[in-house]
Amino acid sequence: MIRPDTSPPSPRRAPPIASGIVLCVLAVLYAMPLVWMVFTSIKPEDQAISTPPVLLPTPAAEAPRFASENYSAVWNDPSVRFPLYLRNTLIIAALAVSGMVVSSAVVAYGFARVRWRFRGVMFALVLATLMVPFPVVMTPLYSIFRSLGWIGTFKPLWVPAWFAYGGGLSIFLLRQFYMTIPRELDEAARLDGCGHFGIFFRIILPLSKPALAMVALFYFNYVWNDFITPYIFLNHQDQFTLALGLQLYQSQAGNTPWNLLMAASTLVVAPVLLLFFLTQRTFVQGVAAEGIKG
Amino acid sequence: MRAPRPTARGERTEPVWTGLLWISPWLIGFVGLVIFPLALSLYYSLTDYSVLEPPVYLGADNYRHLLHDSLFWTALGNNALYAAVFIPLSTAIALAIASLLARPMRWVSFFRAAVFVPSLVPIVATAMIWLWLFNSEYGLVNQALRALRLPAPNWLKDPNWAMISIIIISLWQIGRSVVVYIAAMREVPRHLYEAAHIDGFGRWGRFWHVTLPMISPSILFNVVLGIIDAWQVFAIPYIMTEGGPGRATYFYTHYLYDNAFRFMNMGYASALAWVQLVLILALTGVAFLISRRLVHYSAA
Repeated sequence: MIRPDTSPPSPRRAPPIASGIVLCVLAVLYAMPLVWMVFTSIKPEDQAISTPPVLLPTPAAEAPRFASENYSAVWNDPSVRFPLYLRNTLIIAALAVSGMVVSSAVVAYGFARVRWRFRGVMFALVLATLMVPFPVVMTPLYSIFRSLGWIGTFKPLWVPAWFAYGGGLSIFLLRQFYMTIPRELDEAARLDGCGHFGIFFRIILPLSKPALAMVALFYFNYVWNDFITPYIFLNHQDQFTLALGLQLYQSQAGNTPWNLLMAASTLVVAPVLLLFFLTQRTFVQGVAAEGIKG
Repeated sequence: MRAPRPTARGERTEPVWTGLLWISPWLIGFVGLVIFPLALSLYYSLTDYSVLEPPVYLGADNYRHLLHDSLFWTALGNNALYAAVFIPLSTAIALAIASLLARPMRWVSFFRAAVFVPSLVPIVATAMIWLWLFNSEYGLVNQALRALRLPAPNWLKDPNWAMISIIIISLWQIGRSVVVYIAAMREVPRHLYEAAHIDGFGRWGRFWHVTLPMISPSILFNVVLGIIDAWQVFAIPYIMTEGGPGRATYFYTHYLYDNAFRFMNMGYASALAWVQLVLILALTGVAFLISRRLVHYSAA
């Protein structure tokens, strides 16, 4: 679970030559697409499509000028309004992420700290829902949301999160974390007259801040990246998210210059990468925890 | 059963309704957003339903029609091909990368980040980046191939290469499984490797006889997730190739989407959805059965 690396510190040696070379080739192959996106985004159009390709805009001093030209061309495009899509994405993310954190925190408490009959069966059902692919329920969900008058609003994108929809992994992670909190603390609180609500608010929640932050991070990433849900449930351009905006930007003109398209892509990718580098440890530990104990 | 009663460990079992109350957010979501939609979709799958008009009952007609629907078979075949190539290939590659990166060494966090970061890139941005890289004229991939005097295929426009392109893009995003494998490899007790070393096993032998069996639960987890994800592939081929050229990258979920939202044939789409669900459950069941047998072999 989420715990510090307890293995004894081992000397960090350089890798053997052969695997060192393999690792460098791998790193270049995996990093190149993103690096190339950024380089293309700061070139004038003619240099983006020159053959053979140039790595940096020439003269190199032009790069800052083209970065600002390309990025402001994307940002200020009157037909594809990225600032508006950013705002929409942030609103949806704030509502959805807070919903997922609140609901999965409460539900995980019921699975980790309350002993009751059928608890095991119910938890198995939580994990079983991970097996239901979204395409299978998207048609009926569309007709349910349609009869509620939710199509073309943000509601289908955040209300389900308040009911832990798609939250199987969040509940799982939080439950695992809650179970590591000593039971003696509950008993002490009980003697002080606390019920479950008191224990939840005064003991479990304050102690599980790192785990809650991880759930928030994961779900934010999911909402930011999601394409199919907004694509199906939103129908007006003014409500688009960044993912839909980027797709629109590419498809609308049909012949969008590559340098601008890469500038737009960088705008969508950059916040995700920034967030990752700020929270690298938490993030990687969370991914690992999902898979090892799963 | 109102009064709390002591269990064997002296801890109290509480009334069922206390537990249900705590999990009620999930329970409401489970009933309203999973069970009810599944039941609704099962009903729709027996009807002719265009959303605008009320459903008309057809019996098993939609399912019968599936058997004679060549597009259904094309999409199913494409998707099966993708899953059959991608899942074993990605498992092998992710395990190989993880075994290189599981050891502590200098720069290791840099290499790990380089492999992991692509899996965080939003799917639409991924599509845009690779449209650009695979551009037949100016794309970096073909410029590099030409510089090496290698043949430069028209990746996304050539029916023989389009599926390969989609698989390459998926392989770019295997960072999550690599991270899971690295974590699992680091949990393998060291003394097992020492014992294997004494028994005369080389590096390959240790990997095959110690690492693989010890991390097999993580492999099973990734394979099961892989099966579920593979049948949901939609955005990348939808945006990049629109299912083409011809129908070379027309995936199952794409066909489901077209029936539901383009042809306004929700009944038929629901039949497709149920076939998809049964298929995934069956394949996952097979994965579990095979894994049980593998564990048995390694123990023997």
